[in-house]
Amino acid sequence: MASIEMQNIVKQYGDGFPAVNDVSLDIADGEFMILVGPSGCGKSTLLRMIVGLEDITSGDMVIGGKKVNDLAPRDRNLSMVFQNYALYPHMTVFENIAFPLRLAKMPDDEVRRRVTEASDVLELKEHLDRKPANLSGGQRQRVAMGRAIVRQAEAFLFDEPLSNLDAKLRGQMRTEISRLQRRLGITTVYVTHDQTEAMTLGDRVCVLRKGKIQQVASPRELYEQPVNLFVAGFIGSPPMNFLPATPKGDRLETPFGDIALDQKRAAAVAGHELLLVGIRPEYFEDASLVDEAKRPLGSIFTARVDVTEWLGDSQFAYIPYEAPESIRQHLRDLSRELDAEELRTQAIVSIDATSRIREGREAEFWLDSRKVHVFDPETGDNLTRDAEAGAELTRLATQDREEQLEDSQNRTGAGQQVGGATAASA
Amino acid sequence: MSRREKIWWWVGGALIVVYCLFPIAWIVSLSLKAPSDLNTGGFLPTTVSWDNYQSILTGGTKDLFLPALRNSFGICLIATAISCLLAMFAAYAIARLDFPGKKLILSTALIVAIFPIISIVTPLFNLWRNIGLYDTWPGLIIPYLSLTLPISIWTMSAFFREIPWEMEQAAQVDGATTWQAFRKVIVPLATPGVFTTAIIAFFIAWNDFLYGISLTSTSRARPVPAAIGLFSGESQFVQPTGAIAAAAVIVTIPVVVLVLLFQRRIVAGLTNGAVKG
Repeated sequence: MASIEMQNIVKQYGDGFPAVNDVSLDIADGEFMILVGPSGCGKSTLLRMIVGLEDITSGDMVIGGKKVNDLAPRDRNLSMVFQNYALYPHMTVFENIAFPLRLAKMPDDEVRRRVTEASDVLELKEHLDRKPANLSGGQRQRVAMGRAIVRQAEAFLFDEPLSNLDAKLRGQMRTEISRLQRRLGITTVYVTHDQTEAMTLGDRVCVLRKGKIQQVASPRELYEQPVNLFVAGFIGSPPMNFLPATPKGDRLETPFGDIALDQKRAAAVAGHELLLVGIRPEYFEDASLVDEAKRPLGSIFTARVDVTEWLGDSQFAYIPYEAPESIRQHLRDLSRELDAEELRTQAIVSIDATSRIREGREAEFWLDSRKVHVFDPETGDNLTRDAEAGAELTRLATQDREEQLEDSQNRTGAGQQVGGATAASA
Repeated sequence: MSRREKIWWWVGGALIVVYCLFPIAWIVSLSLKAPSDLNTGGFLPTTVSWDNYQSILTGGTKDLFLPALRNSFGICLIATAISCLLAMFAAYAIARLDFPGKKLILSTALIVAIFPIISIVTPLFNLWRNIGLYDTWPGLIIPYLSLTLPISIWTMSAFFREIPWEMEQAAQVDGATTWQAFRKVIVPLATPGVFTTAIIAFFIAWNDFLYGISLTSTSRARPVPAAIGLFSGESQFVQPTGAIAAAAVIVTIPVVVLVLLFQRRIVAGLTNGAVKG
């Protein structure tokens, strides 16, 4: 187990293109860190630099207090799960998992013990004699994980390990990985472009864009206090809505009516002409279904609904709106960068599943203005970010993690004691 | 496939098989004919005679054929082994590493492969005589390498390219040195490719006539194709056709055995299951 520290890491390819640009990131011992971003943001390159498969152009990579820039992958003692698993097809599952131990020249009975242990954890026991070709996708994935956990590595590295599985299996394996990481308490770096994985697995999430870190924070902080337009648009599904807005005193004029701002926020946005206001889909509600008590906390507006999607437990409505050309251009660029192709300016609104709002009709919506964020469209900065509140969220997450880690370690310790006691009494 | 289509496939297949195997059948039948039977014009021998085989294995042509057989086996096996080993490293480098001159190596290999042998045989003959390689095993092994290496490198690098690079990277992360990763992961996965290449290389060396006849003069190093060319009848009025046919049949046998032996190993798709399926 070890911490991983990156200082001003740069990766430049032969043509001078910086895939990773001045990244500094500290990953604490036992922490689950997610690297996330749209394709081509340099997250995989960064992971491969940690494990040593990619040279570091400049900067320092420190693992467990030791600078590893020039160490070969085998000398870094990290284990990695590849996107396509990279199992050895000519070996049985047993030999696949045992491979790192065999290379370390471990005695046979020790190999057997460790492989059995790992296969118990991953429920691979009855498949040990089979070849990878005869396994299902999920089983292959587990073999790849077995190969990673079988030796005492300093850290686990995952490179989009679930992207080849179908949706149902992906959900199962996600919880499995989370459980495993907590149980073993090993530093983990996990690359994904799937934000559900990022939000559910990570203690902290590092959002990358074009090789640069945008924000490193707990999932909650990313969601509630995003540092800029990019992070705000990337985290959350369906994504945050961005509406053009012009400030007028302590109010913002938007296509969906005026939004009142508190003093602090009004001060932050003062002096700007054209702004983007970011509103998460769940800040909206069907006006007829809002509690009387909550009603005064937001504003009410009327809009024509284009499409509704009813999903049983929730319902989404799509509301088109007009935006000036400069704003449309910004939004188009942003959505392209986020791997999405947004064709029209429309807000996605989450309303109660019981709402009777129908497509093509005018309807009244209520908008919770307490948690909206205001962005500068030119720089993308979040003008209303509350850094303290955000830091508090991440601090709470760190505390949670430490408690969980302690818990799981106590539990395994207690388990051993119990085992010892039974052995003694026998 | 409908019944009709099936029948047509069978007919087509049979036609091709007959077309391909007819010369072989002819040679076999020829080798079983007595000298007097050679010019009767029938496809099958009137009486099956083993005289031709006797003559090349124990009779008058024995001293020409048997040493040649030994030479051919020795020279071709050694040339194949060296060529496969060298090609394995070269192909690995070409498939995996980025180095200046990679294209040059590949195109040079191709040029060497299509270069007409006849144009270099004469200078080689002179050179070999001067440095004492004339009529020796190494004197043939070296030119055979130049024949087999290019095609070996090309075939094997195609096979190496098929192996996902992640295999090797995974091995390195698991604690393997580059050499260990190569030996324990890449080579086992490339075995079908190595065997295919070995068989092709062996054929090329085995079938060579021009180097064999030009760079040897005695049974010290003369390979079978050259020796067959020197067969003569018992008198100047007797054609050695039967003996040549018998020798051809014997020479074909090891090739057939080789292919049958390694057929199972040349099955593609060994990398199934390495990555997602």
